[in-house]
Amino acid sequence: MAIVYVDNKPCEMNPEENLLHGCLSNGFKLPYFCWHPALGSVGACRQCAVKQFKDANDRLGKIVMSCMTPAAEGTRISIADPEVVAFRGGIIEGLMLNHPHDCPVCDEGGECHLQDMTVMTGHDYRRYEFDKRTFRNQDLGPLVNHEMNRCIQCYRCVRYYRDYAGGNDLNAFASRDQVFFGRSEDGVLESEFSGNLVEICPTGVFTDKTLKHHYARKWDQQFAPSVCVHCALGCNTDAGERFGTLRRIVNRYNHEVNGYFLCDRGRFGYEFVNSKVRLRQPVLRGRPTSAALARKHLDQTVAEGRAIGIGSPRTSLEANFALRTLVGADHFYSGIADPEAKLVRLMLEILRQGPMRTPTLREIEECDVVLILGEDLTNVAPRMALAVRQSVRQQPMEAVKKLKIPLWLDHGVRDAMQDAKGPLYIATPYRTRLDDVATATFRAAPDDLARFGFAIAHALDSGAPKSQDWPPADEIARALKAAKKPLVISGTSCASEAVIEAAANVAMAAHAALSFTAPECNSIGAALMGGNSLSAAFQAVRDGYADTVIVLENDLYRRAPSAEVDSMLKAAPHVIVLDHLSNPTTEKAELVLPAGTFAESDGTFISSEGRVQRFFQVSVPQIEVMASWRWLKPDHWQNLDDVLRAMGRALPELEAACDAAPSSTFRIAGAKIPRSPHRESGRTAALVNINISEPKAPDDPDSALSFSMEGTPEQPPAALIPFFWSPSWNSIQAVNTYQKEVGGPLRGGDAGVRLFEPAPRNGQPYFSAVPPAFSPRRCEWLLVPMYHIFGSDELSLAAPGIRELTAKPHVALNSDEFAEGAEVEVICADGTFRLPVTIQREMPAGVAALSVGISPVVGISLPAWGKIARPK
Amino acid sequence: MTGNSEKPLTERMRGDGSAVDLEAYELAGGYQAIRKVLRTGMIPMAVTEEVKTANLRGRGGAGFQTGLKWSFVPRGRDVPNPTYLVVNGDEMEPGTFKDRLLMERDPHQLIEGAIVAAFAIEADIAYIFLRGEYTLAAERLARAIAEAYERHYLGKDIFGSSYSLELYLHLSGGRYICGDETGLLNALEGKRANPRAKPPFPVVAGLFGKPTVVNNVETISCVPHIINHGAEWFNGLSKTKDGGTKLYGVSGRVKHPGLWELPMGTTAREILEEHAGGMRDGVKFRGLLPGGSSTPFIVEEHLDTPMDYTEMPKAGSRLGTGTMIVLDNKTCPVGMAWNMTKFFARESCGFCTPCWSGLGWAERILKSMEDGRGQPGDLDKLAFQAKMWSPGNTFCALAPGAADPLETSMKYFREDFERHIREHRCPWS
Amino acid sequence: MLTPEEIAEIEIEAGHYPKREAVCIDALKIVQRHRGWVSDESVRDIAEQLGMSATDVDSVATFYNLIFRKPVGRHVVMVCDSVSCWIMGYDRVKKHLGERLGIEHGQTTSDDRFTMLPIVCLGCCDHAPAMMVDSDLHGDLNPERIDSALEKYK
Repeated sequence: MAIVYVDNKPCEMNPEENLLHGCLSNGFKLPYFCWHPALGSVGACRQCAVKQFKDANDRLGKIVMSCMTPAAEGTRISIADPEVVAFRGGIIEGLMLNHPHDCPVCDEGGECHLQDMTVMTGHDYRRYEFDKRTFRNQDLGPLVNHEMNRCIQCYRCVRYYRDYAGGNDLNAFASRDQVFFGRSEDGVLESEFSGNLVEICPTGVFTDKTLKHHYARKWDQQFAPSVCVHCALGCNTDAGERFGTLRRIVNRYNHEVNGYFLCDRGRFGYEFVNSKVRLRQPVLRGRPTSAALARKHLDQTVAEGRAIGIGSPRTSLEANFALRTLVGADHFYSGIADPEAKLVRLMLEILRQGPMRTPTLREIEECDVVLILGEDLTNVAPRMALAVRQSVRQQPMEAVKKLKIPLWLDHGVRDAMQDAKGPLYIATPYRTRLDDVATATFRAAPDDLARFGFAIAHALDSGAPKSQDWPPADEIARALKAAKKPLVISGTSCASEAVIEAAANVAMAAHAALSFTAPECNSIGAALMGGNSLSAAFQAVRDGYADTVIVLENDLYRRAPSAEVDSMLKAAPHVIVLDHLSNPTTEKAELVLPAGTFAESDGTFISSEGRVQRFFQVSVPQIEVMASWRWLKPDHWQNLDDVLRAMGRALPELEAACDAAPSSTFRIAGAKIPRSPHRESGRTAALVNINISEPKAPDDPDSALSFSMEGTPEQPPAALIPFFWSPSWNSIQAVNTYQKEVGGPLRGGDAGVRLFEPAPRNGQPYFSAVPPAFSPRRCEWLLVPMYHIFGSDELSLAAPGIRELTAKPHVALNSDEFAEGAEVEVICADGTFRLPVTIQREMPAGVAALSVGISPVVGISLPAWGKIARPK
Repeated sequence: MTGNSEKPLTERMRGDGSAVDLEAYELAGGYQAIRKVLRTGMIPMAVTEEVKTANLRGRGGAGFQTGLKWSFVPRGRDVPNPTYLVVNGDEMEPGTFKDRLLMERDPHQLIEGAIVAAFAIEADIAYIFLRGEYTLAAERLARAIAEAYERHYLGKDIFGSSYSLELYLHLSGGRYICGDETGLLNALEGKRANPRAKPPFPVVAGLFGKPTVVNNVETISCVPHIINHGAEWFNGLSKTKDGGTKLYGVSGRVKHPGLWELPMGTTAREILEEHAGGMRDGVKFRGLLPGGSSTPFIVEEHLDTPMDYTEMPKAGSRLGTGTMIVLDNKTCPVGMAWNMTKFFARESCGFCTPCWSGLGWAERILKSMEDGRGQPGDLDKLAFQAKMWSPGNTFCALAPGAADPLETSMKYFREDFERHIREHRCPWS
Repeated sequence: MLTPEEIAEIEIEAGHYPKREAVCIDALKIVQRHRGWVSDESVRDIAEQLGMSATDVDSVATFYNLIFRKPVGRHVVMVCDSVSCWIMGYDRVKKHLGERLGIEHGQTTSDDRFTMLPIVCLGCCDHAPAMMVDSDLHGDLNPERIDSALEKYK
């Protein structure tokens, strides 16, 4: 650490960083705009000015930008020097010249970085008397709102969108004091990470458009720390609600997982919670009933005869365990279709055994050679794709380091690096959204992808099984061998064990890290929970073994062909279903129990990294909606801790779930942690139209959080942070004050407990089942699944914005037989679908990729052979 | 070249305004410098040293020691290649018209200078970045470049040596900030011409991330003559420490606005009175900007200052481009300040706050003063803004260049500003 | 759609740079030389030719003074309004042109013959005031010289 003198006070700063980073990390209130810990420094806004002195005798000093100056040993600066204070006030004055008086009506108000910095500089008087420049706003789609008059030309938006996220349809236009940030024409922002603009933009130019449907100020919202339910990566979020309506999702910083950013599905998918098709009342034989009666019916039905329970990979460990406890371990069935369950179990075995270690998302950014086998990351594990985009800068940065350019000097680094990137190799059946940063892509059928992986492993280690000679495989092997931090990524998208095994072989041979993607937010947790196979559940009903089938947060029509599900649900004497939204399965239920969503329940997920993380409810649901585990629990479980303890005893591998967050008895100086900022207003007036007596704040027996603004003002541990705020920092920039070093881990450690830390060891046998080469068939196509960030996830599809962005399902292939956009019939064993064609010339012959998850292409088992023909 | 001439830059230029063609240039001794360098086996560092010893300072306005800049270029086999030489022909500083003359009238001089300079820094590729409005220069340079290629003075194995150089002409899309060294690099890369932060310096990571030297047209045009006649001769041409001759210009209400090649260090008075003929009848001298808009005013008491890089700062100003803009007593200083501030505001690239926000504000204040709507606090606001534009406060030198004429016009002509405010009108209108 | 001539010219310039995006400004000027201005369609066409997004091409186009993103007349009159020309009579030149052509800066005559724009210092300061019409420089302007200069441009 270097010693830097700030107003004559010696402070420790990281000499690899700049002075702004050092000052903020030391808690100084130094204003800034264009710098961002994830984006580095460019020196545009000039807000972070300090006075630098040559030595202790220098009285004059000169003004420098702290973000552009290294925190070198012995540096002397002043933040309080009157000349530089006046300068910083002058910068705010310049920014406010054109700024409209929008605060009262601007969504950003109350969490606005511009407001905070204006107050911080003390500038408070408008001298400018001339006209302000104005712009016409653009419609950028359903997720992000555009209000250009508020722009302060800090360039953060285009730097994030283009440089960090790789988008190319947002840029700066014109110049001088009339720079416009937008698209060449109105239209939906194409990047799947556009939503981060609402947190990157320090003013109200880019704001959450979905929040406008039900706006509330940050200080008026009630928050809770949560975990995203829309994929298996487990990005940390904070959910904000008011008066029982979920208002929005914001990023909750986790240094190891999502850092500062989310994907659009995770940020905007939440509106399913407010959906019109939300189940809000128990329904018994088609008629609404009370929670008490519903519970009674559940108990009675289960008590008579044999009840089986089908769990779910999209609900919590606690919910699954409660069901398992209710029906008994022998009668508990996995809610994952057999083929997928097998894949997840295989991945789990590999993660447990090692020796390959699975990295955190942040560690992925630091890997310098990456091989992706079989995954279109942007569509199945979006935040991982964003991490891989940063990883391709690693090797080029080595050359930049030799030029002695500090890595935080963002444009200096990028200008020196130009377009150099990689190496990144992507091997998939179809185009992926990361292809633009790949060194080389390789398109093949799943079996050939597996053979490709086996060939790479063999090229790295002749002891690994061979498939065939393949020059591209040799190139990749060479790159992986020369890497400092190689990484292999694979997963379930190809629905192929061979691909997963091949990826494991490569990682082992290359001594590389290994990441797997998984389909749903608790696929790993559900796999660890175990249970009989889903097909066995169907069989049990067919055999007349089951009198009651309890389906937990699982639309079975997405797991199996509809005919099969129809007959199973018809055959079962009693069908009880718990879920959030009405769906084809709930329609067939005798009893429907409305399950609380992540916003109304507490629970634990295990991510594909093997990180156990807890989410907490943000609002108390209306009386008829309960967390699934509460519907299913035995009487003696009073609160969440009881569930976790019982689960830890019954399933020792899940004991770590108790450590994912402090227990319900945790206190800070005897006080609970408030879910609401201390300025929250109207809590006691919310129900005045019903009852004028002041309602008591609801109790929270399950956590250390309180349902009010009352509680400790101290910063809570990472797993319990409902919102980021600290004095002078109302905006999301307040995260700085929760980190020991800005941009680094949260004080006290980041949330979540990693389950898999295999011991490094030698002599682990390679997988040896090399599949034969793929043989295309003459009149048939091998249908493989293709995933869409907007559409393939069940719950987010019920969010209007996500729905609007969801394309119709289509089939992608390489053929001269069909024209682009032509409608064809895809006929396979599990169904016939009429879909438009997309031509992808690089796809292998005989392979067609089918959009899955979007109605009607649900519940089919792929890969499968099928026919594709013009409709009759 | 013919004799030990006193006017090496302009002596070959024709009275009819046509360009010196290749034959005439060679007849007058052209392309001897590059022949000398390549055929006598001079090494690049030797050429660099000669230029350094000649005290050739950058004629684009900054006045940096050219030979010193060249010596910073990394050399050797490990250096990322190619190395680039970029000739800055983006002459857009208001009041400046010297590079136009050189490019239109003696394009081969520039080309030969570029080849020698490129050799000195071991460059593989050179660009001439020419402002788009200089259409005649574009035509003549293009023709001259083609002629040079035909003779194998450019391309592979120049003069049978192992030195090869590609020279390309690029016409700018039109923006003053392209004249800024790093703004130019971004423009040449096909981008918005925002300047870059230094460090890293272009010699380390410049055009396309490679080692790059950017030099002004006039600077490069001096190079063949230094090689031909030597550094000592070049120093001897000057009246002061900064070597060589200089193209000095005068515009404004003088008898003979024009451009003259004179010894470096000629005084402002001599240029104004002997060459420009002094003020026109009926107007009196009030002040002048010595080197284009981005320089501070000097007034009568400073006119005997030698116009070079070292002496002008003693008068509180800078040599800049060496082309003077004269303010007469029948021209309103506030209007002149407004016109120049408007120029800078319009040309701001929009990257850093004090420039894009402050210049427009200052322009509006000055306009309102001219229109008779000036307010008592205006001069304080203008002074505060000008201070905001100090070097180091802004990202590049555009806004500091705007501060110079504004601050000094308020200093030397303050009473005129105050009259505008007091009398609610422009007293010159 | 770009014409074969435009494409050929662009590709020649593209050969001067190590990456395609670098020829963006040259491409815009080439298309403008053929068509007078750069339309939204041309921006898209250039983007396709260079493998860039339309947004990125337009971001560059809107930065530069000499790229016209709106239609212009058959001839473009660019009047220098920088300091030396201003001292020497820009206001009178502008007034005269305004009267002769009946337009303000940024406007086009109703017969599409001339568009008038301000331009920064043309480097003609010893022959101020000056203007350019298309590629031609006209200095030492007074009403007679302005009128006779404009004559040439039909």
